[in-house]
Amino acid sequence: MKLYELTAHELHDKLMGREISSVELTNALYERIDEVEDKVNAYVTLDKENALAQAAKVDAKIAKGESISVLAGIPGGIKDNISTKGLRTTCSSKMLGNFIPIYDAHVIERLRADETIFLGKTNMDEFAMGSTTESSYFGVTRNPWNLERVPGGSSGGSAAAIAAGEAIWTLGSDTGGSIRQPASFNGCVGIKPTYGRVSRYGCVAFASSLDQIGPITKDVTDAAIVLNSICGKDEQDSTSLNVEVPDFTKALVQNVKGLRIGLPKEYFGEGIDPRVKSEVEKAVKKYEELGAAIVEVSLPHTEYAVITYYIIAPAEASANLARYDGVRYGYRNLEAKSAAEMVTLSRTEGFGAEVRRRIMLGTYVLSSGYYDAYYNKAMKVRTLIRRDFEEAFQKCDLLLTPTSPVVAYPIDGKMDPLSIYMLDVTTIPVNMAGLPGISIPCGFVDGLPVGMQLIGKVLDEATILRAAYTFEQATGYHKVFAPLGGKHND
Amino acid sequence: MTKYITVIGLEVHAELKTKSKAFCSCSTEFGGAPNTHICPVCLGMPGALPVLNEQVVEFAIRAGLALNCDIKYFNKFDRKNYFYPDLSKNYQISQFDKPICLNGYIDVDVDGVEKRIGITRIHMEEDAGKLVHSGGNISTSDFSAVDYNRAGVPLIEIVSEPDMRSAEEARAYLENLKAILEYTDVCDCKMQEGSLRCDANISLMPEGATEFGTRAEVKNLNSFRALVRAIEYEVERQKEILENGGRVIQETRTWDDANGKTLSMRSKEEAHDYRYFSEPDLVPVELDDAWVERIRAELPELPAQRQARLIAELGLPKYDASIIVSNKAMAEYFDEAVKTTKDAKGIANWLLGDVSAYLNNEGITISEFKVAPAHLAELVNLTKEGVLSSKLAKKVFAEMLKGDKSPKILVRELGLEQVSDEGAIMKLVEEILAENPQSVADFKAGKERAIGFLVGQIMKKSKGKANPTMVQAMLKEKMQ
Repeated sequence: MKLYELTAHELHDKLMGREISSVELTNALYERIDEVEDKVNAYVTLDKENALAQAAKVDAKIAKGESISVLAGIPGGIKDNISTKGLRTTCSSKMLGNFIPIYDAHVIERLRADETIFLGKTNMDEFAMGSTTESSYFGVTRNPWNLERVPGGSSGGSAAAIAAGEAIWTLGSDTGGSIRQPASFNGCVGIKPTYGRVSRYGCVAFASSLDQIGPITKDVTDAAIVLNSICGKDEQDSTSLNVEVPDFTKALVQNVKGLRIGLPKEYFGEGIDPRVKSEVEKAVKKYEELGAAIVEVSLPHTEYAVITYYIIAPAEASANLARYDGVRYGYRNLEAKSAAEMVTLSRTEGFGAEVRRRIMLGTYVLSSGYYDAYYNKAMKVRTLIRRDFEEAFQKCDLLLTPTSPVVAYPIDGKMDPLSIYMLDVTTIPVNMAGLPGISIPCGFVDGLPVGMQLIGKVLDEATILRAAYTFEQATGYHKVFAPLGGKHND
Repeated sequence: MTKYITVIGLEVHAELKTKSKAFCSCSTEFGGAPNTHICPVCLGMPGALPVLNEQVVEFAIRAGLALNCDIKYFNKFDRKNYFYPDLSKNYQISQFDKPICLNGYIDVDVDGVEKRIGITRIHMEEDAGKLVHSGGNISTSDFSAVDYNRAGVPLIEIVSEPDMRSAEEARAYLENLKAILEYTDVCDCKMQEGSLRCDANISLMPEGATEFGTRAEVKNLNSFRALVRAIEYEVERQKEILENGGRVIQETRTWDDANGKTLSMRSKEEAHDYRYFSEPDLVPVELDDAWVERIRAELPELPAQRQARLIAELGLPKYDASIIVSNKAMAEYFDEAVKTTKDAKGIANWLLGDVSAYLNNEGITISEFKVAPAHLAELVNLTKEGVLSSKLAKKVFAEMLKGDKSPKILVRELGLEQVSDEGAIMKLVEEILAENPQSVADFKAGKERAIGFLVGQIMKKSKGKANPTMVQAMLKEKMQ
């Protein structure tokens, strides 16, 4: 096995057993990046010098016999919308193409405290708006399972880096499925924690009431390990929850006996690729075999989730992205003759088409005369969606759905924006309700990974981790590696 | 000719005296070098988030209680969206549909007539930075620089009802409001530094009309004088339009202080659509009885209460009391001074007379006044006891201004003690009578005025120190 094929917990054991050094491991990852990055394009920026310096520090600590955290010396990648002091953070936008932050995001502070290695910043849809990574100013990321396919998005770089062996763990962010969907398209594990579990301080805001940072990893154990590092109350984020954070690795038990798994019927109906559905249904059977109780539930407002999301998220985005005006930082048009013109031209030229579309959409739905019909109504529907989940959880302990109705689709630009928006139907409601959701691999269609999503109650990451871990250990889909093939596999 | 009634409502922005900004821990101190009180939050850096400074809520409650408002327990913040280079996020965190205070009032007194001016609402928000133009303004300058030191400084916006009917009423309202904000220590109210800013909504309606006329909102009123002049100008401008059969258009105007007129900024059609929505980065703040009642219990004596006390307990005339209490520092000075004298009116006379004249002349406030209240009280006492004539008291006061010394010491140093010793005065009387036989003859011939001349001569000889009452009495006695 190559080092880059291993998980964080396996590599931690090797570091502690002095089988390898962190410098060796870090170099191995950069070699792998050199080898495949031309094909995959998972990264926007690499930071080899600092990564190796940090690795050497960890090695010194190990040599002295000092105790280190599980993630110490383990190289990971950070989605490029998470602020890293001194390291370019672009949000994959021309607007922030040369932007170097003056502060670290809270999660970065935590990960630094755990002495992890940051290999670089991973590619994404511009300002996290998209589910294909095609809207990146720095070029599309390609799916390591089939380089002609999208990696999903918006955390496409973070997921592809894991599948291609270009990082041991990565951070993504999830506003409407941006961790779970790419994790599913790349055969990875991706978890969006409960809203408020992880501080958003330093996560460049797309839609503040929906955004949440989470890990993308090779297996469930690594997901729990990264969660342990990044979760917890942060005084700099008012929406971060002041609740005790359990040791998530304690939830990793192989036992789902008596667990009630709810199948929301709306997620298995029209619009789901029948081959995807079939793989997910096989997973349901597996759970039954393992002793879980399967119950059918209903989330009746599911059909309104996407349209509601595409009102609320752009509305918040229209304000969140207003600060990019060329005045303080970021792209500035230098030909403008007035302050107003400078702002207009900087924004017109600095943002890509999808970002401009959503800003206009959000501006429209908040405008006087339209606010009640759109934004206000959407907020009410959001409450109904949240209630749907509350009711469903009266009957079950967690929900199981396909992560995406489809597998990774071709990079050919044939899908119109609306059709792509509609594919988020399985992930968006989870953000609307602020619930934790995890995607784990559960099969293949045409050689492309299929992911299933487990949705937990508020703050009950432990139950979905336990169910995910049990399935993973009983199946082993996570052990299949991406071929980096260019041809469609029939 | 139609008579018009002026209708005025004021919107006042008061910067709160919190140590740190509304949503970050940067200092709110005024006057630092540009962009030295800034951080990722108030600069609107990507990913930075606001966290509410609880002191802002505390101060808003305090102001609301002092202004007789209902305090609303459920509080949330909203984003007010507009683009301007001094606004680092291009939205302002404010309160839109759920302000912290509603339904307050201030009682004002204009020329002896009492009037209650309603306060519609008070809400919390953050201030913007400041543009520094290389030329006259943002459109004519080659470039402009931005100072974000002020960005994120907390404000309360106090919106009045359209209850004022004249510039004098508006002035009285603003003076009272300023005093209350100073007394409650929520704002330092320095209009010239912009810590208290005022916009006026002004409209006219024909006498007898039931609906208000179309209003103009006038911004940039940085002094009481500007407020009064702008209202007077607007009233004339609108009257002329109406009298010529025209219509006043709803618009925002700015006060041009140098030229003494208001200028159009933007019309209603060009007005911003602020696209308010709840600020998702902040959680709602729920107040409770314990919090509000503690603040109510801690409220200091307010101007109206103080005025009543000065009148009832110290016997000050209403006019004197109202002027003294309108300035918190003056009122505190007064209270301090009357601790050591029983002559409250004497202190008031000094404060409203020579002290105010001196402060105006020097262009300073009473907080910067060097004479200690106790020393002023001592001066009043010396006059009251007859040690100093009022003329000499002024001389001593002038010396006190040069360096804050006790008037008793100054009297001694300057040799100014009034001579009330009978023997000494008699000696002077006898001398003067001997020197001025003509005047004595005149007096005896019935010319009462002659005694004035003789008194004057004695005062001159004594260098003003002889007790004039005694001199007069002894002169009369001697000549009869």
